[in-house]
Amino acid sequence: MSQPINSFRLANGLLVIVEQMQDVQSAAMTLLVPSGGVRDPEKKCGTAAILTEMFARGAGGLSARELCASMDNLGLQRGVHVGSAHINFTGATTADRLCDALPYIGRMVTQPHLAEDDFEPARDLVEQSLMSMEDEPRQRLGKMLREYSYAAPWGSAAEGELDHLENISIEDIRNHYARNMAPDEAILGIAGNIDPGQIRDAVEAVFGSWKSCPSSEPERGKLPQSPFHIEHDSAQTHIGLAWETIPYCHERYYEAWAAISLLSGGMSSRLFTEVREKRGLCYAISASLSTLRDEGRVFAYAGTTPERAQETLDVTVAEILRLHEGITDDELQRCKARAKSSLIMQQESTTSRASSLARDIYHLNRVVTLDEINARINALTTEQVREFAVEYTPKSMVLVTLGPQGLDPACVTSL
Amino acid sequence: MKFQQCTLSNGLTLIAETNSAVYSVAAGFFVRTGSRDETSEVSGVSHFLEHMAFKGDDKFSADDINRVFDEIGAKYNASTSEEVTMYYAAVLPEYLERALDLLSSLMQPSLRREDFDMEKNVILEEISMYEDQPSFTCYDHIMATHFAGHPLGQSILGSQASITALTADQMQAYHRSRYHTGNITLAIAGNCRFEDAVALAEKYCSRIPQGQPSRLLPPVKAQRNSRLIVRESSLQQHIMEMGVGPDSRDELRFAAELLSVVIGDDSGSRLFWELVDPGHAEAADLSYSEYDGAGSWMSYLSCSPEQVAENLERFHKVFADVNANGITADELEQARNKVASRVVLRGERPMGRLSSLGGNWMYRQDYRSISDDLKSVRSVTLDEIRKVLDQYPLAMSTTVGVGPLAEL
Repeated sequence: MSQPINSFRLANGLLVIVEQMQDVQSAAMTLLVPSGGVRDPEKKCGTAAILTEMFARGAGGLSARELCASMDNLGLQRGVHVGSAHINFTGATTADRLCDALPYIGRMVTQPHLAEDDFEPARDLVEQSLMSMEDEPRQRLGKMLREYSYAAPWGSAAEGELDHLENISIEDIRNHYARNMAPDEAILGIAGNIDPGQIRDAVEAVFGSWKSCPSSEPERGKLPQSPFHIEHDSAQTHIGLAWETIPYCHERYYEAWAAISLLSGGMSSRLFTEVREKRGLCYAISASLSTLRDEGRVFAYAGTTPERAQETLDVTVAEILRLHEGITDDELQRCKARAKSSLIMQQESTTSRASSLARDIYHLNRVVTLDEINARINALTTEQVREFAVEYTPKSMVLVTLGPQGLDPACVTSL
Repeated sequence: MKFQQCTLSNGLTLIAETNSAVYSVAAGFFVRTGSRDETSEVSGVSHFLEHMAFKGDDKFSADDINRVFDEIGAKYNASTSEEVTMYYAAVLPEYLERALDLLSSLMQPSLRREDFDMEKNVILEEISMYEDQPSFTCYDHIMATHFAGHPLGQSILGSQASITALTADQMQAYHRSRYHTGNITLAIAGNCRFEDAVALAEKYCSRIPQGQPSRLLPPVKAQRNSRLIVRESSLQQHIMEMGVGPDSRDELRFAAELLSVVIGDDSGSRLFWELVDPGHAEAADLSYSEYDGAGSWMSYLSCSPEQVAENLERFHKVFADVNANGITADELEQARNKVASRVVLRGERPMGRLSSLGGNWMYRQDYRSISDDLKSVRSVTLDEIRKVLDQYPLAMSTTVGVGPLAEL
């Protein structure tokens, strides 16, 4: 099912991966630049987030409005997002217009104005989105769970911290840009019905003059102790759990994927069946893999009204701990079927292919083709998955709840 | 892409847009029923019934349904709105038969009492979950306030009280009155042959009873109303306002859609430049919604409580200026390009086509290809925009807020 993939590196270090998809009409791109929240200066968490807000506010001699009109007229759907490792530029339009759209993305990346007048509005927006996040218990919980799972700065919120924003100045933004927004470790993934030769010329013209500036990822700091419970005036108690697993680059990653898929992969998965279908304890329950380059976690979530929260927590943790028990062939077969159909459907989406290409390069330094994923998944046996689940049964868990009252954490602390 | 339709022997309509260049196929039952078709005694029953459909029939148990959908790797779910309940699955072509077998069983569920009692808990949790999401709370209340006394004002989820009181017999009665062939359309989009789709539909849909349920379409009476839901501990204030727009059969709906993009798209619109770009608000947008026999403009503001008064003034200034002076040719062209690209990109995947296919049929018994939609978007003129503004000015009559403010 895989389609032709080309890659090349510009002299300044930018690595470009291009996948041709002949049956689609669109083309999409993802550019990962290693300038995300982990590189925020100390006590200035939110620097990368504010910088992210500045790119569209004028670049390469074009005002914000001129930039916006030009990209809209090319039908370019785009976004700039801040993550822990990267600032991520995405774009998608009809395949015939991607080459015309690239120069505008290029201007934002390589020549943003970063004007003083635009700084306050950008900071205000970051502040407002952080306040909204505080009001949404599920989002707030997700942010905290990460903070108590990965040592700083990897656990720090790329979106910023409210009480740090006033420490950040336009100079910090410009410094962050100058030090980190460089092509050296940047990755550009492009997928769609495009001509690779043409794309190569366009990418060289747009990004060829982007100046190299080597930098390195920050050291790891300390992991703060989880508080178990945070009071929040909400209708539900929101429960977050996290535990260690392997990262995406690990050779046993597909076993980890299958194990989590058994736990929470579809509506016949164990958590959905035991917690929601059999006991009616909640509407939303899920567990998913999170990965850094060198470590991984499972993050689980359940939202339920306070009087049912203790039972929800206890049943959820019990299911997690007994994951290795009674894994059947049918159960694994269902995970494989869902994976296969997702893989095939990925070929209908240029956006998801472009982001997978870039993500693979970041984590693995190579692209995993859809054929290879398919083969790896097909080869999985129940014995392998069981062994993985035994070996990686959580030895400890991070528990955070948000809501009107706390829960008895015994099921987690007794591990 | 090729469109074909037929009426099955029991009167059910099948519509299909086939395309051999894609890898998957999506199928969905679109039922013309939703919260607007409920009485207040059974408020929330359409949505609760949508959950109960997955609990199985004589052939499949609840476990079977979840299991078999996963076995065939389906991406499947269901949704309930004020007007439509839809059940869908996207699968690889070889599993279309299995998917239709399951989907059709959802149309005639057993509604077993023990399943009903258990699922009631899940629905009550879902209501609580949305209570913790301020923008959703705001939406629920603006619909109830703007359409007070009109069926469109009825809550999709229902309330804790209405769901607690609801009985399985009431749900049975509601199901019997709404799930008839005249009220259901089976839509299929993607990689399959039409003849195969017809044969499968005949094989699996024959149990759906014939009949043509009706729907009340009373006119909407515009009324001035405002309501604030106070949440003292919240940091941000959410405000929605609503006014009257063209209905789902109005030829002006494309112009209305483009106007909403020019004025209130989430980036590059007038509201964006006035409120979001300068950092006054986290969100400031305007959307247009079409309903059966009704339509609405809805604006949404999310900002810190201190800035609400100034920001609402900014909204109203933008609206007053547009009502008086219209928009420019450049703005219209930019919106056309934006919307055209969205139509193409969304249409690339069978799931994207399915919702457009089913939606057009539900509201207008009409098929529209991607090129039909592109043509309609391209042909909107400044005169039509003027016409929309004259007939449906951006004048909001209803205001609802969720957040710390007790008055505006």
